[in-house]
Amino acid sequence: MATVELSSIRKVYPGGVEAVRDVSLVVPNGSFTVLLGPSGCGKSTLLRMIAGLETTTSGECKIGERVVNEVEPADRDIAMVFQNYALYPHMSVYDNMAYGLRNRGTPKAEIDKRVREAASLLAIEDFLSRKPRALSGGQRQRVAMGRAIVREPQVFLFDEPLSNLDAKLRVTMRLEIRRLHNRLNATSIFVTHDQVEAMTLADQVVVMNAGRIEQIGAPGEVYKHPASRFVASFIGAPAMNLMPGKIAEAGIVETPAGRLPYDKNRFHAAGEVEVGIRPEDIHAAGGADGILFTPELAEELGATRLLHGSFGDTPVIIAIPASGTVHEKKEMRLSIDPAAVHLFDKVTGRSLVR
Amino acid sequence: MVEHRGFSRFVPHIVLCIGVAIIAFPVYLCFVGSTHPQDVTSNGQMPLTPGPIFFETYYKTLFVGSSGSTREPVATMLVNSFIMACVIALGKISISIISAFSVVYFKFPFRMAAFWLIFITLMLPVEVRIYPTYKIAADLNLLDSYAGLTVPLIASATATLFFRQFFMTIPDELVEASKLDGAGPMRFFWDTVLPLSRTNIAALFVILFIYGWNQYLWPILITTRDDMQTIVIGIKKMIVTADALTEWNVVLATAMLAMLPPVTVVVLMQRWFVRGLVETEK
Ligand SMILES: Nc1ncnc2c1ncn2[C@@H]1O[C@H](COP(=O)(O)OP(=O)(O)O)[C@@H](O)[C@H]1O
Ligand SMILES: [Mg+2]
Repeated sequence: MATVELSSIRKVYPGGVEAVRDVSLVVPNGSFTVLLGPSGCGKSTLLRMIAGLETTTSGECKIGERVVNEVEPADRDIAMVFQNYALYPHMSVYDNMAYGLRNRGTPKAEIDKRVREAASLLAIEDFLSRKPRALSGGQRQRVAMGRAIVREPQVFLFDEPLSNLDAKLRVTMRLEIRRLHNRLNATSIFVTHDQVEAMTLADQVVVMNAGRIEQIGAPGEVYKHPASRFVASFIGAPAMNLMPGKIAEAGIVETPAGRLPYDKNRFHAAGEVEVGIRPEDIHAAGGADGILFTPELAEELGATRLLHGSFGDTPVIIAIPASGTVHEKKEMRLSIDPAAVHLFDKVTGRSLVR
Repeated sequence: MVEHRGFSRFVPHIVLCIGVAIIAFPVYLCFVGSTHPQDVTSNGQMPLTPGPIFFETYYKTLFVGSSGSTREPVATMLVNSFIMACVIALGKISISIISAFSVVYFKFPFRMAAFWLIFITLMLPVEVRIYPTYKIAADLNLLDSYAGLTVPLIASATATLFFRQFFMTIPDELVEASKLDGAGPMRFFWDTVLPLSRTNIAALFVILFIYGWNQYLWPILITTRDDMQTIVIGIKKMIVTADALTEWNVVLATAMLAMLPPVTVVVLMQRWFVRGLVETEK
């Protein structure tokens, strides 16, 4: 267990790509921190710098009390699980797990004990003598985790470990990773581009975009109070509706949906803004007044129903409970809770929260 | 697959049989010739069935030697050829796997220059550089030695390229996993690269063994002593220009014997050979 502390980390690849720009981040001891962001935003690069597989261009990386910038990956007391598992194809499952310990000169009996413990924890005892080739994707994934566990590292690093699994297995393995984390009580850093994974696993979500951190917060926090337009549109499915707006007076914003009240104690805004409303915060209004909406297309998701339509000429998605029938092309009236209206700066995209 | 009916079902078989016959018949004739006395073969009426002196001929060939210009028994030549082919094959494999490893996994100044220098040697087989190579070998007192027979043939761009291509298909994550597992470059080489290259090494060994076995020009230059002769040269020297003096049964027996080791190597390593060429075990 250890705290991981990054201060002003930058990474410029040879060739000039600036993959990580000035990232500062504290991963508290024992936390499960998820780095979330679209593909190419620099998540893996950041993780690999923590692992020591990439050099840092500038900035400082601390694991525990130790600055590790110049420390070899093997000596950083970390273990990493790769997206494609990276098991040694010619070694048995047992040897795959034991290899790192052997290289460190751990006594044989100790290695055997740890490998067997990890194997029983992951329910792979029956495969110990098999080669990775003879295992399914999920089993390989377990072996990869076993290889990390036997090392008893301070920090576990995961680089999209679930993205090669099928949807169902992904859900079970997700739970299992979280369970393991709770049980081993280690610090975990997990990279993913899948917001559901991030929301379900994390104590702390770090949303990244184009090499920068957009927001750090608990999963509920980044969902409820997105710090920027990017976070707002990246987190939540379907994405938050964004539309142009203009502050008419304190507490009222002029939008294509009409004049919407917002929480003026929360947002401090003037002039042109970007208005964000989550599809699930838009409800059917009881009576005849409310915002006029004509659904063009309905998508059934089981419990909820997504209606695609528009306010004026701004396309909008709303999510309503799937009870009753909806007639496409038939007008309906909607209401929006003032507390659910988010305001973002038109230029910088930052939230205008006070 | 095209499904054939009736007569056309046999066409592929017929074609294959003809092909096999074309290849096998001369070998068979060679065998038959080696079992008939010299005068039967040299009068031009080659029989089609094996003759009476199988054991005599092969005994004489292996352990006594022909009475032609070279008097060494073929057993010595077989040993020489075998040593030469093995040293060339193993030497080429060791050198090229190490150079491919360094070119692929290490970043050092002029890495690509080194790679291209290796590449250029593709254009410089022994035949091209024969005079300077001979001069160097002679100056180093390598004439009539196994070192002289093999070392100049060992440097190999082809095998280096082959291993380089293979190493580039090994996922980077394996290198990284090794780093995290505390394995330095040499450990990574022994514990991961070498085991993963097993089938490729076997495939290359087959090809290079045959390459080494079939060497003709270089051994003929570098060896003068009879006891350093390789079998391929031995055959040549047994054929005396005046046809009547050639002991054809011994010559043909030598040819048969010369075929055996390469055939054995191919048969023994066939499974690995095919796997090494087609399979990627990752
Ligand atoms: N070895 C490399 N050399 C040059 N550019 C790279 C290298 N690895 C990644 N990049 C670039 O850095 C950026 C971030 O990559 P990465 O960290 O892999 O993104 P993510 O994991 O978030 O998808 C991308 O634009 C990518 O093209
Ligand atoms: Mg990535």
